[in-house]
Amino acid sequence: MSLDPARVLDVDPLLDDPQTRIVVCCGSGGVGKTTTAAALGLRAAERGRKVVVLTIDPARRLAQSMGIDSLDNTPRRVKGIEGDGELHAMMLDMKRTFDEIVEAHADPERAAVILNNPFYQSLSAGFAGTQEYMAMEKLGQLRARDEWDLIVVDTPPSRSALDFLDAPKRLGSFLDGRLIRLLTAPAKLGGRAGMKFLNVGMSMMTGTLGKLLGGQLLKDVQTFVAAMDTTFGGFRTRADATYKLLQAPGTAFLVVAAPERDALREAAYFVERLAAEDMPFAGLVLNRVHGSGAARLSAERALAAAEDLDSEAAENLDDARIVDQGDGKAGLRNSPDTYDSSEPSASAAPASEEGSPAATDKPAPSRTAATDGTTTDHTAATDSTSRDRTDAQDTPDAPDTAGAHGTADAQDETDTAEAQDPTTTTAGEPRSDAEGTARTVDQLTAGLLRLHAERMQLLSREQRTRDRFTALHPEVAVAEVAALPGDVHDLAGLRNIGDRLAANRPELPES
Amino acid sequence: MSRLQVVSGKGGTGKTTVAAALALALATEGKRTLLVEVEGRQGIAQLFETEALPYEERKIAVAPGGGEVFALAIDPELALLDYLQMFYKLGGAGRALKKLGAIDFATTIAPGLRDVLLTGKACEAVRRKDKSGRFTYDYVVMDAPPTGRITRFLNVNDEVAGLAKIGPIHNQAQAVMRVLKSPETAVHLVTLLEEMPVQETADGIAELHAANLPVGRIIVNMVRPQVLDATDLELTRAAPHTAIARSLSAAGLGGARRGGNAERLVDPLLEQAEEYAERYALEHEQRGVLAELGLPLHELPLLAEGMDLAGLYELAAQLRKQGMS
Repeated sequence: MSLDPARVLDVDPLLDDPQTRIVVCCGSGGVGKTTTAAALGLRAAERGRKVVVLTIDPARRLAQSMGIDSLDNTPRRVKGIEGDGELHAMMLDMKRTFDEIVEAHADPERAAVILNNPFYQSLSAGFAGTQEYMAMEKLGQLRARDEWDLIVVDTPPSRSALDFLDAPKRLGSFLDGRLIRLLTAPAKLGGRAGMKFLNVGMSMMTGTLGKLLGGQLLKDVQTFVAAMDTTFGGFRTRADATYKLLQAPGTAFLVVAAPERDALREAAYFVERLAAEDMPFAGLVLNRVHGSGAARLSAERALAAAEDLDSEAAENLDDARIVDQGDGKAGLRNSPDTYDSSEPSASAAPASEEGSPAATDKPAPSRTAATDGTTTDHTAATDSTSRDRTDAQDTPDAPDTAGAHGTADAQDETDTAEAQDPTTTTAGEPRSDAEGTARTVDQLTAGLLRLHAERMQLLSREQRTRDRFTALHPEVAVAEVAALPGDVHDLAGLRNIGDRLAANRPELPES
Repeated sequence: MSRLQVVSGKGGTGKTTVAAALALALATEGKRTLLVEVEGRQGIAQLFETEALPYEERKIAVAPGGGEVFALAIDPELALLDYLQMFYKLGGAGRALKKLGAIDFATTIAPGLRDVLLTGKACEAVRRKDKSGRFTYDYVVMDAPPTGRITRFLNVNDEVAGLAKIGPIHNQAQAVMRVLKSPETAVHLVTLLEEMPVQETADGIAELHAANLPVGRIIVNMVRPQVLDATDLELTRAAPHTAIARSLSAAGLGGARRGGNAERLVDPLLEQAEEYAERYALEHEQRGVLAELGLPLHELPLLAEGMDLAGLYELAAQLRKQGMS
């Protein structure tokens, strides 16, 4: 039942390789992308590298898990790193980043004009594409400083993962583009006959845009672009440079996904896109994969066994004197290890279930199995009278003093705290006796089996989803991260994720 | 009941699924709903197992009792051309604009214009009436951007109205804002019973309130069934392994003796119960946090077989049963 991928992505060699300078984590929202980026950064740092993690929009808790109350636009050193490495973390502030570019490239007077331009203010406050562009810009800056061995980048929570690649180009080409040049300097185009038609088109267009957006806005755009354009050489050039940086061999793209249909579909799309753009793709991180130590027991078999236990319990109550199941049946079941997950369990299970009423119908006075069971089965003599199943079935039993006695015995034997729960005795629900307590363990076991069946259903669903992905992309190396029951709160939690990432599911069933 | 139902939620919480189920639920018994997609991901088409939706309202499902669900994937560029056509009667000139990149410019880059077009189209559908003066759609359900961006998305009209101080965009933005801030609109947030989505939901609600946008309900999605209750969980810690092994053996799962098949199942099964217990406690805690937000809460079950069309109808029935439509 394991989800062993065709190819395994080994993250440690990737993180250790001094040639690896940038790791980009991308994927759709809600798959644990930011957490993965932080866990990778921590792991690389504790393996001796000097790392900075650039997050885009981390949950507060994630920042806190790195011991930083609020991340900002400057890398802050994370304390508590084991070993010689260093971990720094920062959160992208797109407006601040944009402002810094302007301030760095324009003289103070011109910078002030740009910073006060209403169009610039809305553009930098984060309309479509700015965040992605600024993430790339920041990455370029961090790389240029050359202070870190490794930069781990998280990508913005986009509509789709592709925006991250497209938006910088779009913004770059807009700010550098023909349209803007025409808008800002339509007069230059006059004169030459060939341009005449275009010129007419242009004035019509500026007119329309002006009408549409309001003349003031268009004027703001024009002033803004003129100011930007003369101050430094082209957004397009910068966008292209960062794009090339991403294509360089020192970069590794990781696509992060969860084993769910939508997330993997997006991941597949992204993998194809990275290939088309010649981006160095390292592999897929599959988060929140479930495993089971009892994977050889199928869901169907577990459910059938659970029902079996329930119906046995019910029968025991119908006739309290019949403590034991049919000898033959109990014997048959107890003897050899007959089941095997490889055999079609669905067919085997209903058969035994059908068998049980028949088996219990015949009087089975032999008490050997029962007495064998009583001593230990008592042990969990917690009261479960509150459960519906039991309530319904309790009434037929006549109050039996032996029952109370039996329960007391059980307490003495086992010292379970639950058995001493006053409600057990004061509630006055008469326990029939030994079978009553055995029933409780049976019902617990039935519950455990149902829980297992649920887990196995989840496992097979995840596997189906995963198989579909692997069938389409057999070349993709996959690192699976075993699901955690809770959230990450501290460095230890991030370290745990890193361990799981590197181990490729440490909780695989021993088979 | 608000006629424009906006569904948002953190990524991965299944907001598209919930929006679709809500559209189905609202259409039940002869009503007509429009399900609107604004992020160009074609999630609705995938959910309803149809081919990609064009920029055109088309019927995609029939609800129980004869209702109809229509769907529309809004394409901002086409919406802008539509819009230009409506106001300026631009035919071929519109296409020329597109060729020059002006439309691309206006929809991708011009501050917030894209969002104004998207919300504007949804508001237009809300207000549209047929010849007899009856509303074309009883309800419009929008599969909106995620929680982190929803307030800016809906409120962008305010910003645009401030930025474009005159002109049709300005007027359009103001008209849209009037609908969005009225009781005609309700913004619902989808979450999971996990810490981060719940935290994001709480933050999102605060932001929506601050922007005077009407918050509707919280829908907890993918709620896992309760398999073991508190008593069971206590019992798992107390019950001796041998008893469980014997019980497993009695159910036909192999030998109870040390090393027997049944005995070897005990530890992994108890380990799963331990994980369940941890999650159970966490979910309980998160339910408490959600309850404190003081909004109506709905819960939708996790479908064991994954999402498909049948599951969607099941969720719609659940929403109806819980009085969300």
